[in-house]
Amino acid sequence: MSGPEVYSNGAPRIGVYVCHCGLNIAGKVDVREVAAFARELPFVVVAREYKFMCADPGQELIREDIRQLNLNRVVVASCSPLLHEATFRRALEQAGQNPFFFQMVNIREQVSWVTKDPRQATEKAKALVAAAVRRVILHEPLQRRRVPVKDRVLVVGGGIAGIHAALTLADAGKRVYLVEREPTIGGHMAMFDKTFPTLDCAACILTPKMSAVASHPNITLWTYSEVIGVEGFVGNFRVRVRRKPRYVIEELCVGCMQCVDACVYKDARFPDEFNMGLGKRKPIYIPFPQATPRVVLIDPETCIRLKTGKCRQTCMGACDRKAIDFEQQERIEEIEVGAIILATGFKAFDPRRIPEYGYGKYPNVYTALEVERLVNAAGPTGGEVRLRDGRVPQRVGIIHCVGSRSKRFNRYCSRVCCMYSLKLAHLIKERTGAEVYNFYIDMRTPGKGYEEFYDRLLHEGVHFIRGRVAEVTDWAITPEEEGKLILRVEDTMIGVVRRIPVDMVVLAVGLEPQPDADAVRRMFNISCGNEGFFLERHPKLAPVSTFTDGIFLAGACQGPKDIPDSVAQAGAAAAEALALIDKGYVELEPNTAYIAEELCSGCKTCIGLCPYRAISFDEARAVAVVNEALCKGCGTCVGACPSGAAQQHLFEDAQIFQEIEGVLAYV
Amino acid sequence: MSERPAGNGKSFEPRIVAFFCSWCTYTAADLAGIARLAYAPNARIIRIMCSGRMDPQFVLATFRQGADGVLIGGCHPGDCHYQEGNYKALRRYLLLKRLLRDLGIEEERLRLVWISASEGDLVQKVVNEFTETIRQLGPLRLAPQPRRTHLPAPAQPEPQPAVWEGGLP
Repeated sequence: MSGPEVYSNGAPRIGVYVCHCGLNIAGKVDVREVAAFARELPFVVVAREYKFMCADPGQELIREDIRQLNLNRVVVASCSPLLHEATFRRALEQAGQNPFFFQMVNIREQVSWVTKDPRQATEKAKALVAAAVRRVILHEPLQRRRVPVKDRVLVVGGGIAGIHAALTLADAGKRVYLVEREPTIGGHMAMFDKTFPTLDCAACILTPKMSAVASHPNITLWTYSEVIGVEGFVGNFRVRVRRKPRYVIEELCVGCMQCVDACVYKDARFPDEFNMGLGKRKPIYIPFPQATPRVVLIDPETCIRLKTGKCRQTCMGACDRKAIDFEQQERIEEIEVGAIILATGFKAFDPRRIPEYGYGKYPNVYTALEVERLVNAAGPTGGEVRLRDGRVPQRVGIIHCVGSRSKRFNRYCSRVCCMYSLKLAHLIKERTGAEVYNFYIDMRTPGKGYEEFYDRLLHEGVHFIRGRVAEVTDWAITPEEEGKLILRVEDTMIGVVRRIPVDMVVLAVGLEPQPDADAVRRMFNISCGNEGFFLERHPKLAPVSTFTDGIFLAGACQGPKDIPDSVAQAGAAAAEALALIDKGYVELEPNTAYIAEELCSGCKTCIGLCPYRAISFDEARAVAVVNEALCKGCGTCVGACPSGAAQQHLFEDAQIFQEIEGVLAYV
Repeated sequence: MSERPAGNGKSFEPRIVAFFCSWCTYTAADLAGIARLAYAPNARIIRIMCSGRMDPQFVLATFRQGADGVLIGGCHPGDCHYQEGNYKALRRYLLLKRLLRDLGIEEERLRLVWISASEGDLVQKVVNEFTETIRQLGPLRLAPQPRRTHLPAPAQPEPQPAVWEGGLP
């Protein structure tokens, strides 16, 4: 297999640039030796090493050499192409060269940072440079494909992050679809009473935003709905949304609740999800008074009419707007959007997985979310902290790090539990006057005003005991412990195992990925980190982008975070989406496949392999044809073509053969 | 490295070429770097967009050019950025293994692994393990020495600036 007879762009004149990256590369790789080695490679006109190639003087070095030495190909040996390929391609462009006469060598992430021995690191760097030089000789001038971008954004998840992102985009004049799978937006924040550290009421700051979403002319709000399919690519996603039947016509219902009063169940008797099962609701209900949209829904699992078909249907009679429709079916909506923001949030750790804490066994062991509902004035107890038997607790123990910072469950810190535990300690003490004990491993309170809040609690007479609780038991061994829950813990400050009897145990459960995060990730074609949260493109420099262009992340679906961070990230995601769609077009990497028709035997092997149906068969000429607009550039057809007719721009067979020889020629 | 003593694994440094897909395994290799997870320097990584791009010829050419082992890295099943390229890679891989066996090349010299973008530690583990496997197998002896069919002309016309008039030899 030989290369083209005549090189594109005239005789190759290659410049090789070896980056020190401060000491990141130069500390391990002998950059001078690599540059000297490159100087001897075929067609290399100049090889330089420089402290920071990505900085402007480094780029200027390339531009200057292109102008002065008539370079027509450039190799930069520095960090990963995933980081700076675009930077250097731009430098070529600025100097009047086609940006694709460029090849990047990854000698930082894949050499200097992962190789112990400097000698071996230098040899590996040389081999990779040799491969790149050989490859770039065969590069071709290419044009990026420009495709228009749909001027609309889909936001998935209606918690505080999704709400903030949707409002930001809508205020900028963009059409937004906000899809939430629960019957109301608001997410976890709507369940909270107060927010730390300022103790302002969650509802007071959240509900105005919720109603702004409902009334915003640019937002289409679909609650009780789920995304079931995503196709397409950046700028042009086609999304299918399933709208589950509420059995109430959303457009007609005004939320007067007369149907709820009229329900044949005179008393609410089914566990209320919004109140974590601590309260009761009827089969026809509204999750909470400020639910948005303020539209009732009927639960098909408990409604007699929907279960048996037989009911007096008093709700229907009560509705003078005729909004109740038992025949309602699910609907599938199809939309086209340019960008997608995922704000699907988190799930609280299920403490049943830690049997020794007795959750589900002892009625007075609560999760923090349950206590949030108890202290909430709109909650099942009207804001009074009561045990399940109605007593007011005298002593309360809060166990930190439940499911977090543990090799058994999740190794990461959930970031919010210390602060919300302090908040709950404050609120419980305020409401009940109880003695409150915090059992912590380390107090983690970084954040504006957070440490000050901790300090305040220390002076409010809340007790802090440093140690991970071993078990919660009702096995009393002294008369004072009778009828109490006893927390057994090693107080590591004094090195003594203690038994603390309390009436109420609060488990500060950590944050976990949503149980279906993996399915969602697959549907949107993005990645998850080891712990299961969605993976950002770069932990520092692209924290809201994903590896799939046009899909952005906001809030706790990317990792545990508190409300201020979620909101900040939502704003960032909205800005990124805005930058994308406002431009009006995207440029796609020109790595599409094409068919060298003179080589194509018409065997049609490629056609069935293409996952995007981008290849068709031209019966008249008996050759395969690639539709460039549909091709995503995976190269699967290229790898399979028996005659070598299918080829891929930027990843030509000949280029890869050169790379193979290059890395092996200088081992 | 012209001297390549055989066999007992003492002074033999395996030559390994790794083809990693851009979305998962190549990214994971970057992550290994960011986490400073050192691993054997033997593997030289070539980036392809998808493991589905792996032309069986790449593997054969790599052995022909003097590699002792070939590693292919793709996304986990169901995770392919291009939906199913990794399944195509798997099919070709199984076929190639049979072919290698028929050619008298130990099939362990070719390995396909699934490594997601977040599994930097797996890159370290796999490369180290594979390097050790190849070290135990010893050098791949294909006779005669590979003829380099794809070399551009090694010598350049004097004086600079270089001008290359012909095609590739």
